[in-house]
Amino acid sequence: MAEPIGRRRFLECLSLGLSGLAAAVVSVPILSYLLSPLLRPAPRLWLDVGAVDTFAIGQTVLRTIPEVSPLPWAGQTAETAIWVRRTGAQEFTVFAVNCTHLGCPVNWRPEAGLFLCPCHGGVYYADGRVAGGPPPRPLFRYETRVEGGQLQVRSQPLPIG
Amino acid sequence: MLRRVAAWLDDRLGFSSSILPLIRHPVPRDVNWWYVFGSATLVAFAVQVLTGVALAFTYVPAPNSAYESLRWITQDAVLGSVVRGIHYFGASAMVILIVVHAARVFLMGAFKYPRELSWLTGTLLLFLTLGMAFTGQLLRWNQDAYWAMVVAAEMAGRVPFVGPVLTQLVVAGQTVGGATLTRFYATHVFLFPALMFILIAVHLYLVIRHGISEPPRAGEPVDRATYRERYHAYLAKRSVPFWPDAAWRDVVFALAVGAGVLLLAVVVGPPDLGKQADPTLIEADPRPDWYFLWYFALLALLPPPLENLFIVGFPLLVGVLLLALPFLAGDGERHPARRPWAVAAVALAFLTIGVLIHVGYEAPWSPVLDAGPLPPSVVEGLSPTAARGARVFEEKGCHNCHRIAGSGGRRGPDLTTIGDRLSRSQLTARIMNGGAIMPAYAGNLTPADLEAVVDFLAQRRPPGATRAE
Repeated sequence: MAEPIGRRRFLECLSLGLSGLAAAVVSVPILSYLLSPLLRPAPRLWLDVGAVDTFAIGQTVLRTIPEVSPLPWAGQTAETAIWVRRTGAQEFTVFAVNCTHLGCPVNWRPEAGLFLCPCHGGVYYADGRVAGGPPPRPLFRYETRVEGGQLQVRSQPLPIG
Repeated sequence: MLRRVAAWLDDRLGFSSSILPLIRHPVPRDVNWWYVFGSATLVAFAVQVLTGVALAFTYVPAPNSAYESLRWITQDAVLGSVVRGIHYFGASAMVILIVVHAARVFLMGAFKYPRELSWLTGTLLLFLTLGMAFTGQLLRWNQDAYWAMVVAAEMAGRVPFVGPVLTQLVVAGQTVGGATLTRFYATHVFLFPALMFILIAVHLYLVIRHGISEPPRAGEPVDRATYRERYHAYLAKRSVPFWPDAAWRDVVFALAVGAGVLLLAVVVGPPDLGKQADPTLIEADPRPDWYFLWYFALLALLPPPLENLFIVGFPLLVGVLLLALPFLAGDGERHPARRPWAVAAVALAFLTIGVLIHVGYEAPWSPVLDAGPLPPSVVEGLSPTAARGARVFEEKGCHNCHRIAGSGGRRGPDLTTIGDRLSRSQLTARIMNGGAIMPAYAGNLTPADLEAVVDFLAQRRPPGATRAE
């Protein structure tokens, strides 16, 4: 037969149990709030980049697109940059500016026809293929389409190499 | 009257009966200047808290205001530049002091029985100090800060299986934006400091409970069965009260460090803020502060196949090793003279980190994006074809990665005298085919441009040298 729980032992268990329960209850809204980025993924929207005829065939230019759900105090981070390359009458290749090595911003050198990364020396060809250095894969691409004479790209999360 | 007030306070607070015995606890008479780094770290932390609170009175942790508020603090606020300077150099001092303190504890074997928990709490405080240094750098909200956040998110994304989830947690969303800065701000000013206060309290309690370790003596290993008895016998014979017999050194050293930090804050001032964080400005050359520069350098020098393993495995390995140390080597010899591997490990770690920080400042792997034109001494007197080759060299980005006569990048070999090392056909092959870190220019140069740049490079020889083709 089990020994009866003493009064003090019972009060200890009661106090600790109730405290633990209260902590668990309070932690539900706090953790949900902190983990909300995982619970509310940003929508993937088609965003206007510019009229098709503002891009010259064969040229690569820097453009900005809005973030899809910026907070009111986002400031400059309410926009992001992309590299747009027009490859044909209706064909475009749009790259994220992030190097696939560690995410630093790649610079386009039109005369050299290369993207250079200032951080660890990653180099890419005009079509995004790795030309040298540590990047493990080609530049990240955005989905593109042409709608009503407008080039559009589909928003995406921060690309991870 | 004053005496009566003091007596009343002492009676109610119990200073003489409770607190005074604590600060006068016996410590080994032989403690010396090597023992001052822990208390100096604590003082540096207190200075960081004070200056951090002062900065938080004005700093606005929102992307649309953070940079401007910090600029106002630096340029317009009364002595704001000095406060920011103290916070900046105080952070550096704290990182240096806690690392030296950890190295001293390791080299003197003070982590061994019964002080394992002191080492564990100290290790966690080291990690948190580095975390504070990193999150603090991001609050400047300049281009370096923005891209450092992106790099941190990318590195988190390399963790197997949970990488994307971790990235979203780090940046508080899908991209670095409005919620990211507030997340790092809350971590920097609330979460990490709260954890540090708790750990410091436990760390200090353990110092009182187990006493300050006596200076090690060769041939007197730690034996769990006898150590405590031996330590107390030692204290009974050779101890002094911590206050003031030992504490005076802590006070003098902490004041010296504080004076150095203040002097740097006044004379040198806080670091230049640079450009405001803006994802649409890609003319950035992001660099971490010096305490992470060695890691930045390491990531540039590692063979790419090892990189993912290293990004995840290296911090994990260091963390596990440090936390496991008192359980792997909890007894035995403490004196460094009897632990040559321990001395070698510390020396190697300091040497490696020092060299990597130096290399990180040099960053020879980064192309020089604003290399500018070749110097006149290089282009003057060239034949028309070679002069055209020099222009091609500049335009095609060769100059961004190759140095000639002290001008240009250092990503690739110095080409000042390349004509003495490679023939025209070898030069042509290298340019056309590229290499491990060099792009192939086969589809990117006209035959005339190729001939011109080869002509230019073939003429790059030491004065008076000739080369048989």
